[in-house]
Amino acid sequence: MSATPFKRTPLYAEHVAAGARMVPFGGWEMPVQYTGIIEEHRTTRSAAGLFDVSHMGEFEVDGPGALAALQHLTTNDVAALQVGQIQYSVLCYDSGTIVDDLTVYRLGEDRYMITVNAGNIDKDWAHVTTSTAHVKDARWRNASEGTGLIAVQGPKAEAIVGRLADRDVTAIGYYRFERGNVGDVPALISRTGYTGEDGFELYAPADGTAQLWKALLAAGRAEGAVPVGLGARDTLRLEMKYALYGNDIDETTNALEAGLGWVVKPAKGDFIGRAALEKVRAEGMRRRLVGIEMVDKAVARHGYPVKHDGREAGIVTSGSYGPSVDKYIGIAYVETALAPVGTALEVEIRGQGKAARVARTPFQPSRVKKAG
Amino acid sequence: MANVPKELRYTREHEWAKQDGDRVRIGITAYAQEQLGDVVFVELPKVGAKVTAAKNFGVVESVKAVSDLFSPLSGEVVEINGELAQKPETVNQDPYGKGWMLVVKPSNKGEWDQLLTAQQYEELIAQGGH
Repeated sequence: MSATPFKRTPLYAEHVAAGARMVPFGGWEMPVQYTGIIEEHRTTRSAAGLFDVSHMGEFEVDGPGALAALQHLTTNDVAALQVGQIQYSVLCYDSGTIVDDLTVYRLGEDRYMITVNAGNIDKDWAHVTTSTAHVKDARWRNASEGTGLIAVQGPKAEAIVGRLADRDVTAIGYYRFERGNVGDVPALISRTGYTGEDGFELYAPADGTAQLWKALLAAGRAEGAVPVGLGARDTLRLEMKYALYGNDIDETTNALEAGLGWVVKPAKGDFIGRAALEKVRAEGMRRRLVGIEMVDKAVARHGYPVKHDGREAGIVTSGSYGPSVDKYIGIAYVETALAPVGTALEVEIRGQGKAARVARTPFQPSRVKKAG
Repeated sequence: MANVPKELRYTREHEWAKQDGDRVRIGITAYAQEQLGDVVFVELPKVGAKVTAAKNFGVVESVKAVSDLFSPLSGEVVEINGELAQKPETVNQDPYGKGWMLVVKPSNKGEWDQLLTAQQYEELIAQGGH
């Protein structure tokens, strides 16, 4: 093997010391599991899981033109965002297909942060800076290298973060954030996540991230919290039908067919991809991203064909065993006519059609804190 | 180091074979199940099917991955472990015992001697399993 230039998060040494299995992911060397994916998944739903997601990218934009830059780049209406609020959104190409999905934080009057997927950092940086080069008074800064990110997710997350924080974190509503110290580390405390459980994502300086991780592990021990790898992060998000870039959404899928129409706001004015998405809305969607569950015993996987009445009618984009729902579940694009819940489908697995059906989603009820 | 029972023979693809009279019991090794992680699905041939040495006879799936199973020997399947359909995790819990997969009636006795000994298999996994 040649020396591959995988990047490492500030917690790499912690993961190795804890016996995690490290794997390449989006150019990073990340823990896929510590003890076992299913156990880590279930512990997140029953107690709490700590996730190193420091590989994700953070860009800041500030100046009087910052709002205009973000309005031009993203599909959601950034003008609706107050300081302290967060918004899920999408970066599109002119074609309405997806550069990345992201969260937008309004840090100050003219200051924002966006959080992007790890594997897309370079592509996104080029996209946001070149696409907004014409916008006056907007300065971009790539803060990815200097920023660590730990997600604390699960019913005990509030108690764990609350014990270490210098403020009342129970007052932070869903998709809201505050700045404060957690375990004596300065952090941006964000009530967000990717599991369907209540919880927080804590942004910290890279050089304080290990201290924060250790403090969270120590405070979480009594609550049954464990470190959780990317394997369970994937099954947790799958049970919620949260899209994963590179699996369910990418540069070939448009934001509407992906079910992200709720963050596409053409009324706000022009943005990249608006005309194409308006056309899709007017003409109707050819296909939809739906949840599926297997009727036959078999596991659907990314890339498997979906059939209906013997003809090809879609494609699986994610699939695995859902440890909390105890079923083989997946996400798939299917022709719009086949999208209603209950529609009988077949997934072609190793040359054989296996019975499946369109399922109600999320597969697992959401327990995120209500917006407040 | 993963458990490698002395009395078994092994393939380079991490299956084990155990002689049981004129039959051979087949499964995957402790090392294999550790590498796979949580097993969530096992697909096996039907009783009566023919399997061929070094050829695919089924599939084992973990949460993350799909892996082919390769037969240590050629022969006819005389028994399969039907419990694995309901409890695939047995492969993780007891890979050399209750997690067995097939019993085969071998058609070519010479193939047994082609399999890796426990010592050879230990050397294989010490080198990273490839």
